[in-house]
Amino acid sequence: MSSNQNIRVVITGVGLTAPNANNLKEFRDALLAQKSGITQMEVRYMGKVAVGNCNFDETLYQKKKMRRRGTRAGSISIYCAHEALLDSGLSLDSLVKNRTGIYLGITEHGNVETENEIYELHENKLDVSLWSHHHNPRTVANTPAGEVSLNTGITGPAYTIGAACAAGNIGIIHGMQMLQLNEVDLALAGGVSESTGTFGIFAGFKSQGALGAHEDPTRASRPLDINRNGIVVSEGGAVFVLERLEDALKRGAKIYGEIAGYHINSDAVDFVLPDTQRQIECMNAAMAKANIKADDVDIVNLHATGTTSGDINECEAIKGVFGQSESTYINCTKGFIGHAMGAAGALELAGNLPSFTDNKIHSCKHIENVDPQCDMKNLVNGDPVEKEVKFILSNSFGMLGINSVLIIKKYYK
Amino acid sequence: MDYQTLRKRIIDIIADIAIDEDVSNLDDNIRLREQLDLDSMDFLDVVMELKKRYKIEVPTEDYMKLATLKSCIEYLGPKFAFSS
Repeated sequence: MSSNQNIRVVITGVGLTAPNANNLKEFRDALLAQKSGITQMEVRYMGKVAVGNCNFDETLYQKKKMRRRGTRAGSISIYCAHEALLDSGLSLDSLVKNRTGIYLGITEHGNVETENEIYELHENKLDVSLWSHHHNPRTVANTPAGEVSLNTGITGPAYTIGAACAAGNIGIIHGMQMLQLNEVDLALAGGVSESTGTFGIFAGFKSQGALGAHEDPTRASRPLDINRNGIVVSEGGAVFVLERLEDALKRGAKIYGEIAGYHINSDAVDFVLPDTQRQIECMNAAMAKANIKADDVDIVNLHATGTTSGDINECEAIKGVFGQSESTYINCTKGFIGHAMGAAGALELAGNLPSFTDNKIHSCKHIENVDPQCDMKNLVNGDPVEKEVKFILSNSFGMLGINSVLIIKKYYK
Repeated sequence: MDYQTLRKRIIDIIADIAIDEDVSNLDDNIRLREQLDLDSMDFLDVVMELKKRYKIEVPTEDYMKLATLKSCIEYLGPKFAFSS
């Protein structure tokens, strides 16, 4: 362990948009009240599909012209970044702009723009001279972070981290690492997704037999339920303000929690199917970094997307690591908001963060029939659990076998 | 096509591009970039819309002819007549 890794990093602001909320308080209230954000939408070539769309005010921090020039992912990123800074008590003017970094996890970027341009190309009888001059700047992978830089005037590093559905956690991990390396003094870190703007992702999951559906869209995303039938695709974003502890204390910042440990590894097994053993290794390695044991963990937030095999693999891993712990409670968030792709890990962490202050553990969206292969001790399924929370462990696993685990601890002076 | 009709068509395009701004009181003789917040990408948008909506081509070397509303109308007038 290098000496840099001893530098303590804390969360001092949160900005988010989810299908059921546009700030942390709304999000927490929605999770505690079992409020789903999943609706139905007409998707090109697919008909009506269950989806998680966000409803934040795009014009709050961004001019319409710039929204038109940029991307939905950029718009989500801008909203979340501004909200996070506001929440942290920092004005844009007070930032040292060349010492502020923007690190956003994404599953993918550019598909929305490309699909639309191909559609327009066919509408224009294959006249390529009408292909948009905005296409290239809209599709480079760093666009969401770059749009935040353009909007805010932040001149520090601004880029995205591609890590499939593990990207939300990894954006936060990366931001922390950049602070520990003294590359920046402030990190806007998290994850974003505009995936609901494409038809391809829906069609891809459908072809895989993994697209969640139900005549009641609020029941289409059913992680751990015996009748689950796949993933509900969502958009969203969560950006955290991260600072080194000494800087946060110097300015009297409100501290949501401290990053205690993390790990990232790869299954190296399959393009799509997860590996239980690697997930176990990842959780154990994260806890080792945090210098804690399984029964120190109060909340484990599952990745659980609602696929038949993925949920089972993860629950086996959880039982392997936490099976003996009486004090660890398990929840998941995708039943409420679907799978927010690059934003998932970041949003799901945000949903649990208030546990440090309100001493509650939010439930899963009520699972009507828990799959016996997914049943676990202390699965929170119904009412929130009242408990003092000191450690949250949050899983996010992605395609091509990438695994990420993030552990946040309650901050004590 | 008469001046006012042509003027309206051009302003309709500019209104969609300078979407945050008020285009109702533009001075035909003052450079558009001095009256509105327009950059080079916006001018490419204008050129693209002329092509999409009216099949009018504006070669790169003629871009400076779009500097004012008056110069737009003078330059584009014959092209509109030809395309319609």
